[in-house]
Amino acid sequence: MADESKPSQESESTPPEPKATSPTPPPKSAPAPAAPAAAKPAAPAPKAPPALQIPVDNEWVQRYRARFGSAILEALEDRKQPYLVIDVSQLSEIARYSRDEEKFDLLEDYTAVDWPRREKRFDLVAILYSFPNNTRLRLKAAVAANERPKSLVDIWPTADWLEREIFDMFGVEFTGHPGLKRILLPDGWNGHPLRKDYDILQQDTAWVRENLGIESGQ
Amino acid sequence: MSHPVTQALGCVLSISPTMQAVVAFLKTWWVELVCGVVIVAAVPLVAGYVVLVERKLMADMQARLGPMRVGPHGLLQPIADAVKLLIKEDIIPRDADAFIFWFAPVISMVAALTSMGAIYFGPAFRVAQDINIGILFVIGVSSLGFLGIILGGWASNSHYSIMGALRSTAQLVSYETAGGLAIISALLLSGSLKIRAIVDAQSDQHVWFLFLAPVAFFTYLVASIAETNRAPFDLPEAESELVAGYMTEYSGFRWALYFLGEYANMIVVASVATTLFLGGWLRPFSNVRWLDIPMGVLPALLIAALGVYCIYRAGKQPVKVQLGFMWVVALCCFGVAVIYLVPWLVAPLRFAIPGLNGAFWFLFKVAVYIYVFMWLRFTLPRYRFDQLMHLGWYILIPLAIVNIFSVGIAMFLSLELGWNRWLAVMLTTAFTLAVSLLLVRLHDKHASAASSTSAVPSDSYAG
Amino acid sequence: MADSIQNDASQQNNTLLGADELVLNMGPQHPSTHGVLRVKLKLDGERVRGTECVIGYLHRGVEKIAENRTYQQFAPYVDRMDYVAAVSNGLGYCEAVEKLLQVEVPIRARVIRTILTELQRIASHLVWLGTHALDIGALTPLFYCFREREEILKIFEKYCGARLTTHAFRIGGLQYESYDGFEKDVERFCKDFERRIQDYVDLLTGNSIWIGRTRNVGVLSAEDCIALGATGPILRASGVKWDLRKAQPYAAYDRYEFEIPIGTNGDTYDRYMVRMEEMRQSRRICLQAIENIPEGAIFGKVGKVIKPAPGEVYHSIEAPKGILGYYIVSDGTTQPYRVRIRPPSFVNLQALDKMIRGHLVADVVAVIGTLDIVLGEVDR
Repeated sequence: MADESKPSQESESTPPEPKATSPTPPPKSAPAPAAPAAAKPAAPAPKAPPALQIPVDNEWVQRYRARFGSAILEALEDRKQPYLVIDVSQLSEIARYSRDEEKFDLLEDYTAVDWPRREKRFDLVAILYSFPNNTRLRLKAAVAANERPKSLVDIWPTADWLEREIFDMFGVEFTGHPGLKRILLPDGWNGHPLRKDYDILQQDTAWVRENLGIESGQ
Repeated sequence: MSHPVTQALGCVLSISPTMQAVVAFLKTWWVELVCGVVIVAAVPLVAGYVVLVERKLMADMQARLGPMRVGPHGLLQPIADAVKLLIKEDIIPRDADAFIFWFAPVISMVAALTSMGAIYFGPAFRVAQDINIGILFVIGVSSLGFLGIILGGWASNSHYSIMGALRSTAQLVSYETAGGLAIISALLLSGSLKIRAIVDAQSDQHVWFLFLAPVAFFTYLVASIAETNRAPFDLPEAESELVAGYMTEYSGFRWALYFLGEYANMIVVASVATTLFLGGWLRPFSNVRWLDIPMGVLPALLIAALGVYCIYRAGKQPVKVQLGFMWVVALCCFGVAVIYLVPWLVAPLRFAIPGLNGAFWFLFKVAVYIYVFMWLRFTLPRYRFDQLMHLGWYILIPLAIVNIFSVGIAMFLSLELGWNRWLAVMLTTAFTLAVSLLLVRLHDKHASAASSTSAVPSDSYAG
Repeated sequence: MADSIQNDASQQNNTLLGADELVLNMGPQHPSTHGVLRVKLKLDGERVRGTECVIGYLHRGVEKIAENRTYQQFAPYVDRMDYVAAVSNGLGYCEAVEKLLQVEVPIRARVIRTILTELQRIASHLVWLGTHALDIGALTPLFYCFREREEILKIFEKYCGARLTTHAFRIGGLQYESYDGFEKDVERFCKDFERRIQDYVDLLTGNSIWIGRTRNVGVLSAEDCIALGATGPILRASGVKWDLRKAQPYAAYDRYEFEIPIGTNGDTYDRYMVRMEEMRQSRRICLQAIENIPEGAIFGKVGKVIKPAPGEVYHSIEAPKGILGYYIVSDGTTQPYRVRIRPPSFVNLQALDKMIRGHLVADVVAVIGTLDIVLGEVDR
């Protein structure tokens, strides 16, 4: 299984030849408080296993911190995959910096996760890949339900449909998007299905009540 | 004739001058009328079986079996298809012109059948007398079928149908031009438009015109594929083409008429090519005397062999009915073989031998030509419409024109200057091939240039 | 499924509907869109000025379903996304969960997984080749391709009982041991396959009609590919020599040698050549793998109940159509908190607009065919 925790090589601009990653030791980070390396949660133990997120402080994290300061809220590594928790107001700038300076030229995926009990309930997750460095990075930004983050379309055109899907499934609206409308669901759909408080039966009962005049038997 | 029935009939029929005129007409023209009726009745059936042969061939080339269910090896499939199409609901689009909608496929079919009227299927089987403009009549009347296509597209009252119809017609007209020019080369060699005279010329010159004008033959082959809307030129009627063809709104038997018209056209085009280039009803090596008798009985032997094969396959049929059917087919084959053999054995019937054998060889060559059509259909992908038009106007028509000149020069060299015929042919053919290579080179350059630019507006709807 | 043509602003170059423009609908039912895809074409005569894809006809809410199933229960759902290459989907998902659990899969299981995945890659490319050739008008390659694919499906059926939606792998390894004669079957298929590929090459590669229909059609430059996120054979045909199997090897790919084919122009013809060569390389991997399948266990240390520690993981593989990624968030229970599937066809389909502009209507089917999309994956 591939290892993706070393984005610290020099970047090459032209032919995007991937460098082979060496099998890496754990990054030079502060000693982890918990004992996550020993945790093997495969055993059918009744207790919840310990958390595996390790704070990380590499050269590249320092570069980000130097550039954006407090917008980088956390830099963690989970199961050897690094991610930055950032402030959504700087999302566009950090994305542009990642593409131009850190050479993350592919927006591999852009999605959201709903944590309804949080005040800022959505986590926008952008997964970036660098062809020259052969590394991956995740950017996570917490967004409130009525907040409207800036679209990443002018940085990575592939964000067009990906953001439309986030809007469709979660209801997060992006400013500056060329045509933000539903993509997978019909235009007249009510609700955003991937929210945790979206009950599929509600759509069914509403439709049946409206069109058939009876109660749905589900 | 003193038979009582005939006498009674004669009394009845001589009642009025009109009846006498009708009887006189029938007496002189009954052969042609019977042939005409046979054509109109038989051609749809034959076309249906050509469709079955195509499906079986396609299946064979695609590592599968094809129709197997209806009748042994699917031999009753065309009958089943015809019955199904006849009992389908007759749907006419709401705002369509009903009369034209009805009439358009009729035009297509009538054009194809009428053009068959002038074709000689062998020295004895024809409908019309030896028309003095034989080939011209055939080609001209078969072109009337284009009218059926345009009217069909127009009558469907759909924007895409009329566009598809116009596009199809543009393709047909372009390739008709190329084909006509290619035919001129063979006509130069024969010196006459009459069909009998063309075949007699090939017999007198002891060579099929295929060998004297090979480039013309291949030009006509390509042009005829495009004229009949066959692959690789079938873009107007392909399902994956966005703009639906003229046949979209047609269903049931109307569609079957179009479809049969297309296959009848294939037979017409193959007949023209056979007459002009492949020696018509002449057997292979028609000037080699000692092959007279072996080649003479060959048709009968081949048909008998087909019957034997049917008997062999009959044993492998799982179902009794299918076994019986194969025996019936075998018996029919033997019957035909007997008909072919009888004139050899019964002296007074010797006159029938050339007619029967000629018909056999003619139909055999037509079958080979149609086989090549089908083979190309299964092998090659489709041309895009602009590539198709470019091929027709930029390659085939110039090539056909150049070929007319080269055939003329070859004739001049061999007839006037006394050169060896074959030397003249080889020289001029080499010249024509060089021209064709040049044209193809130009075509490739243009094709790569055209597809890489995106600003040239195409006006393939023009005309 | 939007119907607003006037407000259609989702193209990069916004073309309002002028008086000389025509909107042609290539509807959800169409023989050549390979599934329920609706493409609205803005035409100027014969030239395409813009497109709008309307998708979602096959949306089944797989990501929502995942939140209500356990990890093992979700595995069969994953097959049904890219139903043409189910084994790859299963591989990506199982490896992602194994990463989440931080469990090691034994080498024997990894090797057998590799063999089955490469066979699936060949089968997926065969379907692509047959249908793409059929759209362009060549009727025969379809039947030849499906004949080959039949052999592969027979191997799958002997292995796990299913031909199409196989659920071949389990989280932690394999459930079924490879059957007796597995190596022989694979070897026989691979030995035959070289000759068959030559059949397809003879039919299509040098054919001037084929070249005329595919050269310079649907050109996508390397920068555009990366910017639009198009991966897989599309990226390689544009000249980027990159394959996730080599860049970040998973399963047992680091044990075998294979080439990465690339193209030069980024047109349909190059994509065709890249995929043909990929089939050859997959065959090469299979032959290397069956020479020496290591002995050992086929299942790692994964218990009956899968309860990963809270956290998240992203794992992607090189599926036949591109990068297939799984982003799984766990909250410590037996059911995943969020499963996000990054479908290659969804992202590749975005590139359709850029590829088709300026081409003729007859090229649209060729370009859709060359993108090799499966609507089950686009819509999930």
